[in-house]
Amino acid sequence: MVQSAQFAHSLEGWFGFLPLWGWAAISAAIVIYFLALPFGGLATYVERKIAADMQDRIGPNRVGPLGILQFLADAIKMLGKEDFVPKGGDRFLFNLAPLFVVVGSCTAFAVLPLSKYLIGADVNIGVIFILAVTTLIAPGILLGAWASENKWSLLGGLRAASQIVSYEIPVALSILPVVLISGSLQMGQIVDQQGWTLFGENPATFHFWNAFHNPFAFFAMFILFIGGLAETNRIPFDLPEAESELVSGFNTEFSGMRFGLYALGEFCDVFVMSAMVAALYLGGWHIPFLDIEKLGFALPTALVAMVHLTVFMVKTLLVVFVVMWLRWTLPRLRVDQLMGMCWKGMLPIAFINVLGTAVWMWVFKGQSMMQLLAGHG
Amino acid sequence: MRLRVSTAVETGFIAVFWFMIISGLTVPLMLGVGYLLRPKGKNTRRKMTSYECGEEPVGSAWVKFNIRFYIVAIVFIIFDVEMAAIFPVAVVFKESIANGTVALVFSEIFIFVALLLIGLIYCWVRGDLEWVKGVTKFAPNK
Repeated sequence: MVQSAQFAHSLEGWFGFLPLWGWAAISAAIVIYFLALPFGGLATYVERKIAADMQDRIGPNRVGPLGILQFLADAIKMLGKEDFVPKGGDRFLFNLAPLFVVVGSCTAFAVLPLSKYLIGADVNIGVIFILAVTTLIAPGILLGAWASENKWSLLGGLRAASQIVSYEIPVALSILPVVLISGSLQMGQIVDQQGWTLFGENPATFHFWNAFHNPFAFFAMFILFIGGLAETNRIPFDLPEAESELVSGFNTEFSGMRFGLYALGEFCDVFVMSAMVAALYLGGWHIPFLDIEKLGFALPTALVAMVHLTVFMVKTLLVVFVVMWLRWTLPRLRVDQLMGMCWKGMLPIAFINVLGTAVWMWVFKGQSMMQLLAGHG
Repeated sequence: MRLRVSTAVETGFIAVFWFMIISGLTVPLMLGVGYLLRPKGKNTRRKMTSYECGEEPVGSAWVKFNIRFYIVAIVFIIFDVEMAAIFPVAVVFKESIANGTVALVFSEIFIFVALLLIGLIYCWVRGDLEWVKGVTKFAPNK
């Protein structure tokens, strides 16, 4: 089996004249400036375009072809906006807050398995790393809300903190089935095991997508997705921003580029959550029923990396599309419904999923439904 | 000249370090560009007040907030710490199926989950998970 490789290793292998830490820095810069930030910008445009389609409008169509440069126009507008800290506010925390949100969401891109040969940092604690780093967003929002000295902000910030913190638990418990199935926290390994090919022999470690490993994992995927929606403050869980009740919630006092950084961080977080669903449950870079590395002839690594990247992006962006679709489909929850759903609904189901997956693994000696169907010994 | 080839895990953490540095530098960079471009108006008293839909703000916004947020945070910490303890057990679970210690590891996972479940039931019965407290039970006109 070919070992998966990190972005820095691949770059060193292809080009070579720099020390490895240099390539690590370059790979980080590439992922942040060519994936995370452009996604955050383009997502605002795509969201408006999808909203327009669903409401039978045209949407942004003036800046560039089909309005695709709208996000650049928005960025320039934000850069030109006057920016100040409200009089009673805490200036230091006010300045610090967007940093937490952006660092929290952008650093999580490090361990996303973009492709077998393009993982920014395939660290052995990958899954926990994502959970830990995206949690930085909660203090970022709370600090900003507190520092604004605004009642709307405070209410929004408190709601955000309690919501993110509550849904953290079902999310972590829904990742646990994957850890049980694959016996690893390393993103590269988790995704690699989800392969399956109809053309040739499947190694014993391959068990098709984790979502179809067993019925419990299938439900765990939905818990993870719903919890991810709540953690990223998306409708139907957008109580922290609830513009009909709280003006704009935690970012009421933020203007210009500071607000832009908040929005950017939130959209990057949506990408990270969708990528988690795609990587942990939907097979990551694997094309269903086809393994391009087992076709019988060897493809160049760079080509394989590109195909993997495309497949992974398609899966992730489909999940992102569902997130945006839900925004125009579901009404907002009430606060008591939100908490009740987390603690009384999703948490017990998540527990059952963990125990169910463990029992399945024990009874069927770790085999997936696919392997049982194929009659692996 | 390279002195020593770093292992894959080391490279991973070096990359993580760079991700933090670069995303951390992006924020002052963007705000700095904004600082150069944006107009600097006079800070009048009205402009500097916090936004309350046009009303004059009454008092400080740093008010006492509801204790329920605090209870949620406490319940979260207990659950999260225990979650952190389940993960290492979950990692060795697959290995234990192969080497025959699965009963031990499974019972360990079961004990962890059972502890969490007992905690959840305790909070549930005590009413800590109810967001609206006593409205129906103790309403005076019922």
